[in-house]
Amino acid sequence: MKAKKPAKAVKAATTRGPRKIRVLVAKPGLDGHDRGAKVVAAALRDAGFEVIYTGLHQTCENIVNAALQEDVDAVCVSILSGAHMTILPEIHGLMKKKGMNDVLLCGGGIIPDDDAKELNGQGVGRLFGPGADTRDIIKYLNETIPKLRKR
Amino acid sequence: MTDAEFKRVLRDWETAAAKAAKEQRSRFPVTLVPGEKILYTHEDLKDFDPDRDLGVPGRYPFTRGPYENMYHGKLWTMRMFAGFGTARDTNQRFKYLLEHGQTGLSTAFDMPTLMGYDSDHARSKGEVGREGVAICTLQNMETLFGGIPLDQVSTSMTINCTASIALAMYLAVADEQKVPYSRLRGTMQNDMLKEYIAQKEWIFPPEPSMRVIVDMMEFCADHVPKFNTISISGYHIREAGSTSVQELAYTLKDGLTYVDYGIKRGIPVDKFAPRLSFFFNSHMNFFEEIAKFRAARRIWARHLKEHYGAKNPESWRLRFHTQTAGCSLSAQQPENNIVRTAIEALAAVLGGTQSLHTNSMDEALALPTEPAVKIALRTQQILAHECGLVDVIDPLAGSYFIEDLTNRMERECEAIFTSIDDMGGMVPAIERGYPQREIAKAASQFQRDLEEKRYIFVGVNDHVEKDEKPLPILKIDPRVERDQVAEVRKFKEKRDNGAAKRKLEAIVAAAKNNTNMMPPIIEAVKARATLGEICDVLRKEFGEWREPPIYW
Repeated sequence: MKAKKPAKAVKAATTRGPRKIRVLVAKPGLDGHDRGAKVVAAALRDAGFEVIYTGLHQTCENIVNAALQEDVDAVCVSILSGAHMTILPEIHGLMKKKGMNDVLLCGGGIIPDDDAKELNGQGVGRLFGPGADTRDIIKYLNETIPKLRKR
Repeated sequence: MTDAEFKRVLRDWETAAAKAAKEQRSRFPVTLVPGEKILYTHEDLKDFDPDRDLGVPGRYPFTRGPYENMYHGKLWTMRMFAGFGTARDTNQRFKYLLEHGQTGLSTAFDMPTLMGYDSDHARSKGEVGREGVAICTLQNMETLFGGIPLDQVSTSMTINCTASIALAMYLAVADEQKVPYSRLRGTMQNDMLKEYIAQKEWIFPPEPSMRVIVDMMEFCADHVPKFNTISISGYHIREAGSTSVQELAYTLKDGLTYVDYGIKRGIPVDKFAPRLSFFFNSHMNFFEEIAKFRAARRIWARHLKEHYGAKNPESWRLRFHTQTAGCSLSAQQPENNIVRTAIEALAAVLGGTQSLHTNSMDEALALPTEPAVKIALRTQQILAHECGLVDVIDPLAGSYFIEDLTNRMERECEAIFTSIDDMGGMVPAIERGYPQREIAKAASQFQRDLEEKRYIFVGVNDHVEKDEKPLPILKIDPRVERDQVAEVRKFKEKRDNGAAKRKLEAIVAAAKNNTNMMPPIIEAVKARATLGEICDVLRKEFGEWREPPIYW
């Protein structure tokens, strides 16, 4: 199967600056729904990002440690198990504790709007729901990450 | 008209049709239906032999249906999947459903139960009672079926790597109710192969998992003869993004693999094969779904009779449950999902399903609310009673298109069987990530077709509305986790720890000695060992499965 060619604008944006954008795609908790995480990981790779996929059933500590070791610009967490109100604040807290203030935490899954708003208020980035277009995710990362790097 | 004359007419028509105006159409991603071919005639069924390929309902090769009378004998079972919160919450829902005439229960468990952790384990935090009901102690199981005589209901349990423990707890409750095992009816999902392929709930590596499953098959063949020991599932394979033919081929190959392992254990095929049942997805590609269901019965029957030499027609007969496709639902304009679910349910009934779960319109957002579930159930009732759908058995048989598509399904499926056999069978294929990778590729293709609008998903990539009003959705109270954790801790404090420990050691001994593990697991749950404790001793014995993190 032929991978889709990334749009030119996207490609330019990801290669601008000191290095390619590095993203950790993470599956926390006991949730096994990995269709979305894999589709997003493949789309980001095709768009020129460096993608590290954690695989399934990771603890929050594992995810944050992997993000540190891999020196990523963003942690993209996929949760479809309903545990987002426990897991996302925990990952966010661990990232803060380790001083990862220039690393974006965002994600997606089955996350009701009210919960997403509350998490955004706590400092979690955008959470993409069912029906999201991978090009919107790419655009969001391209726009958000350079701003964080400048800080 | 002679053959030659008809061919001339057909060629004329082809030329005229090719010249006529054409509009760009939305096409279902990665479908078996060729895009350019818009008419089917008897020319497409040249090798079709209705006696050989169709027969009559209830007879080999079962293409037309598993039973002689089909829906005239019995309508499909309207079996809605339910489970949330504590055992008490779900017990109340079960009683409500039974009071309203439902005779089959279908249990959804929460993630910790499904992955072998007690509710008070650190890994269970935030997940207790969320996606289903938390059951990790015998007391939980007693509460779940409190006041429900187990010889009066059939119980389906959607549970896999911990299925042996859930069954043991169910049998222990039956003993308390003085119901003999021979009168218990129900189904354990217990299909680990599709867990590695798609749903991704596991504890041990594939070989020890297969051993536990065969232990259950063997035990039930002797002691719980009316229980379906495995519900071989394509549902999750399709939800993970597979094509229809991948769903069919991987599922049937999983089923044949269980047959191989059962025979290897020395159980006669006709003793266990009649208790294998299937579970398929019904997606939006209407005709292809119907062809898939019809082909499934024929392929299974042919393999069981011709390859395995099964003599009992019940071993050849493929029976299946269907669930409409969760992944076909949109979070946008969710009311449209009522229509999608109705179309998918229609395909399942035309395909001859034995039971059906229809999804609720809000399931792309959360677990369903009661009003949403009610519309989904009513959808089945409308199909059953209002539109003449059940008057004639397999009404699409003989359609040039449907029969050609059914044949095509069978051929493609056999080709996938051959590739898996070339890898040494399904277990080695899974270990090298073959079905997982093929599914991930198909899922990405689906997404590209959506984003590039080759496939129109109404409300998502076309006919989009801004500022939609949100639906009210179900919320799980955090109290559920606190209450359940407290109850489990109390349960462990109150029991005789020494007795529980001795029974856990007996399970390890059975695991090491290759004797059937079901009897010691039943003894252990009766001695109040918990689900998590049983899994822990077996984790040490069998090891844990880690999937290589490949996204293809």
